[in-house]
Amino acid sequence: MKYLLLVYRSEAEHAKLSPTEQQAVTADYMSYARGLAEAKVLVGAEQLQRASSATTVRTRSGKTTRTDGPFAETKEQLGGYFFIDVPNLEAALDWAAKCPGAKQGCIEVRPIVDRADMPGGMA
Amino acid sequence: MWARVFRRESGRVLAGLIRELGDFDAAEDVLQDTLARAVEVWTPNGAPENPGAWLTTVAKNRARDLLRRGARVIETRDEPAPDVAAPEPAPGIDPDHHTSGVVDDRLRLIFTCCHPALARPAQVALTLRTLGGLTTFEIARAFLESEPTTAQRLVRAKKKIREAGIGYQVPSRDRLPARLESVLAVLYLIFNEGYSAAAGDLLIRRELCEEAIRLTRELSELLPDPEVLGLLALMMLHHARRDARTSADGEFVPLELQDRSTWNRAEIDQGAAVLDRALTANRRGPYQVQAAIAALHGTAARAEATDWAQIELLYRTLRELTPGPMVDLNHAVAVAMSQGLDAGLERMATLDAELGDYYLLPAARADLYRRLGRRAEAAAQYRRALELVSNARERRYLERRLASLQ
Amino acid sequence: MKYLILIYGSETSEAQLSSNEQEHMMGDYLAYTQQLAREQVLRAGEQLKAISTATTVRVRNGKVAHTDGPFAETKEQLGGFYLVDMPSKDAALAWAEKCPGARFGSIELRPIAEMQAGGAR
Repeated sequence: MKYLLLVYRSEAEHAKLSPTEQQAVTADYMSYARGLAEAKVLVGAEQLQRASSATTVRTRSGKTTRTDGPFAETKEQLGGYFFIDVPNLEAALDWAAKCPGAKQGCIEVRPIVDRADMPGGMA
Repeated sequence: MWARVFRRESGRVLAGLIRELGDFDAAEDVLQDTLARAVEVWTPNGAPENPGAWLTTVAKNRARDLLRRGARVIETRDEPAPDVAAPEPAPGIDPDHHTSGVVDDRLRLIFTCCHPALARPAQVALTLRTLGGLTTFEIARAFLESEPTTAQRLVRAKKKIREAGIGYQVPSRDRLPARLESVLAVLYLIFNEGYSAAAGDLLIRRELCEEAIRLTRELSELLPDPEVLGLLALMMLHHARRDARTSADGEFVPLELQDRSTWNRAEIDQGAAVLDRALTANRRGPYQVQAAIAALHGTAARAEATDWAQIELLYRTLRELTPGPMVDLNHAVAVAMSQGLDAGLERMATLDAELGDYYLLPAARADLYRRLGRRAEAAAQYRRALELVSNARERRYLERRLASLQ
Repeated sequence: MKYLILIYGSETSEAQLSSNEQEHMMGDYLAYTQQLAREQVLRAGEQLKAISTATTVRVRNGKVAHTDGPFAETKEQLGGFYLVDMPSKDAALAWAEKCPGARFGSIELRPIAEMQAGGAR
């Protein structure tokens, strides 16, 4: 079963870290991703640029509006995701708890709609 | 007519059906069919000698029919099949059971119902509905909520189990301690809901206590972990005093004033024996410590004979295991009773920051002032407690205490 | 350059759509996905199950805490995403605006941090 592990953390808190500390966080993520890959459960993963780089679009009655910034202001921001394929939620929650982001921010674990025929679905 | 048998057996039958069918709702349907069939057959002929076996066989056949016919069950099987195999033997589970592949389905079921990905109220409702065999109406009445609210809670929980892929399995060794904690918390919450003197139907509340004890005993047979036994002992020791906790007119009676002749001695002995069994494992835990405290209260012939020094030591251990302001308050009371009332008051003085708005702190303080004969201070503290208390029975108790000072 | 197209929508209003409207929306998404695939810009795309199936995990002082539900309660909820590879931000924005979800909810376009670690691809 596939799950998306959404990593939410405070960008403000992260910015306060020293360069060495930030490097350590990056190294933690690298080894975490390696662990996922070695366990053969990793389907995909991406790190996002800061929420301030986001643009939000809405179309209402044919008119499109663009807003600078993420869709909602939250204390913690989406910083990236890991997409995994594991037998059940228990395993997904275990991986989520091991994610470096779980210690600072939080990990939202979302099951994916299983649609084998969905074009672009990463098999 | 066979409500008792049905309730006793339905958890086990349902647990087996869920494994067979891989779906809570389909399993519940088959269980209901089976119980209806039982009423049909048993009414003219009487119940069979072994009603549990009868129900299991009929339910299993119905499930197989359903599987053979396909239809909706296939659909549910389309969902990723829960991992049925228990990965590693968990400590405490009979190893023979494991090698033969027989893990009791009820054990799987309770871990699924109390899965930490479900909110606590959902865990409680689901446990009572599936393993306890209570109806949605009964659960709603016990927790003072509307039936649709409880029903909705159950629907959502079952949906999450299915859609989010919550496994139907006994957790592996490394996950077991954390998962067991959540199971025990649910069982204790069910007991406390029945035990606490809040509003509601007294009969239902007593039934909740008995249900919690029955489920914990069942769990202790399947998984004789010292903390499971500790919780069972704790519940039994409390429940043995049930008749003394309420006066004839339904009022709350504190431990000190309870008529100890109405305590159920046999049950206290049984509870203490369960505790002894737990302690032989030499793995202390919060439920065992609390049970030991309850045992000391339960075996004191008179209130004055209570071994407060020992209780104080136990609360000290409990503070290490589960730190928190409520444990601190109980510890302060034990200090007062064993080392001197002033020493207790000193301890309580450090708790204002965390418990300042909780009625039990001024109530406990008032009690110590009363014992010291400092009536004015006692009265002031009772009044403070009365400002904060919400439970009507507790309120009347505090009012009586206040009145007795004048 | 890679972008994540995040689709936020109100689950409650979507549940209120008629089955006809829901089918229509599904058709729109299918067409949109096929178009992205045809243009060879689609890298990944997934639909998430409802937030009622979400679990949030936090680790504090070495202890794991689980919460039933998403990390924050919002009026609109993350319902799916596309990972696309685009020559420019303008191209990415143009695709984001075409996403069927833009008509009902909000589409958040986020550039991927390509140079940094954490990407496993």
